[in-house]
Amino acid sequence: MAKIIVVTSGKGGVGKTTTSAAIATGLALRGFKTVVIDFDVGLRNLDLIMGCERRVVYDFVNVIKKEATLNQAMIKDKRTPGLYILPASQTRDKDALTMEGVQTVLDNLAKDFEYIICDSPAGIEQGAQMALYFADEAIVVTNPEVSSVRDSDRIIGILQSKSLKAEQGGTVKEHLLLTRYNPERVAAAEMLSVADVEDILAVPLLGVIPESEAVLKASNQGAPVILDQESQAGQAYLDAVSRLLGEEVEHRFLDVQKKGFLKRLLGGK
Amino acid sequence: MANVCFQMKGTAFTAVVMDLYDYSADLFLAQLKQKINTAPQFFNASPLVLNLAPFEGELKDEQLEQIVAACREMGLQPIACRGAGIELKYTVMGLGLASLPSAKTRSTDIQAEPAQSKAAHVKASPLAGNKEPAFRPSKVITKPVRSGQQVYAEGCDLIVMAAVSQGAEVLADGHIHIYGPLRGRALAGVKGDTNARVFCRQMEAELVSIAGYFVLNEKLRELCWKEAAHAFLEGESIQVSAI
Ligand SMILES: Nc1ncnc2c1ncn2[C@@H]1O[C@H](COP(=O)(O)OP(=O)(O)OP(=O)(O)O)[C@@H](O)[C@H]1O
Ligand SMILES: [Mg+2]
Repeated sequence: MAKIIVVTSGKGGVGKTTTSAAIATGLALRGFKTVVIDFDVGLRNLDLIMGCERRVVYDFVNVIKKEATLNQAMIKDKRTPGLYILPASQTRDKDALTMEGVQTVLDNLAKDFEYIICDSPAGIEQGAQMALYFADEAIVVTNPEVSSVRDSDRIIGILQSKSLKAEQGGTVKEHLLLTRYNPERVAAAEMLSVADVEDILAVPLLGVIPESEAVLKASNQGAPVILDQESQAGQAYLDAVSRLLGEEVEHRFLDVQKKGFLKRLLGGK
Repeated sequence: MANVCFQMKGTAFTAVVMDLYDYSADLFLAQLKQKINTAPQFFNASPLVLNLAPFEGELKDEQLEQIVAACREMGLQPIACRGAGIELKYTVMGLGLASLPSAKTRSTDIQAEPAQSKAAHVKASPLAGNKEPAFRPSKVITKPVRSGQQVYAEGCDLIVMAAVSQGAEVLADGHIHIYGPLRGRALAGVKGDTNARVFCRQMEAELVSIAGYFVLNEKLRELCWKEAAHAFLEGESIQVSAI
């Protein structure tokens, strides 16, 4: 049985697409056949982050409208074996996704894949609700600031009341992923700490991804940051994937790092 | 598909109810100003239902007009009149208000729906002729009540075994017990039970209300903030003390 995992946040621009690309790649690296779906109709981004934008011919909406088959629309990742991308449509018709259509696509994918990752659009409206409706688990992406935490709280409320699982009396398993974490700014009390966010949301912590220039570099190169295993963000995503698979891994990169004498002298970062 | 212009739905939302006992223009205006100054944010643009049922004597047309004008001037939005006699019917209509029967309030279970209402009852109408209080089991919520959600325990106590987030609202006709941080709003005794209390493990509420009387966050910060506390009504003021 395939596991459907939605990557959601409420607030926009917090790192959902970055996370979807990294987690999907990470699961494939660990040998699981994985597909990542872009639910952000009209604003597709995932194909850029995955570096396959030039290979998009058909998309999610074409499949739903039966203008193309799943096999025609899915793009096989060039770098990571066992990883596929189903890009979003550029259409401006926000209602192009229908509940029945999404369900049919997910049912078909579930026959072949072990993990289905759904990259949700921002907001708490229909688009976001569609992306989370069929989820078994949810990665709630949050930045350490008040408005992002509040929106995450709202989306968790929706997960637990308006998903298929909730309607059937079950629960969607929640994971908190804190991204763009900057220990210096936390120390200066300009950002909420891990403990603050955990206290407010009361959701198990999947990982903390530090703010890192490697993320921007990776998206410019069209290679998910998890492949940059030199970078702290890449390593933190690898850890998160291990935890998602049930392994116990200690959290890293939570504290301000002391710069070495030489680095300080040379002004290194 | 043809464009659907609208959909009709029944809904229930909270409004401020003003029980009118007596009227003289000056006194009314002074008291209204005073009440609103206790919580200007709370009352700003609040929908208001005028309840004339408890009024002693006979309210004249022009008095009702003055009352509505004063409320509008103070930023409230009178939407309906309840318990108005037949002689006031045309005045009520002329003021653009709906007429509601004076019968007891109908309540609907509004659990886990995004909160639409910003206001709560200032003074909820007590149920007329409450006789034998039949035993009603408490409503028990084991998961956090998240921002935008609302949980109402109708005719009983409410027990929440997790956090009530900022932006969430919990209501009960009876007591409210919260075994997690209370960061949202808790309204006990919403049908007028002045003996109702709010108990919580960690007081960080936006608002605590009992039988329509309430205290807001700024005040609560001075009382038992982040401590285990309970709130109860003494006369017309809410007391908060440690437990
Ligand atoms: N850990 C990080 N460090 C630095 N920058 C980051 C990090 N994570 C994400 N970003 C940057 O934040 C921006 C938004 O990221 P992303 O597109 O993944 O967010 P999103 O939640 O999918 O946005 P949207 O709501 O618009 O879909 C991007 O410019 C990305 O490079
Ligand atoms: Mg995105």
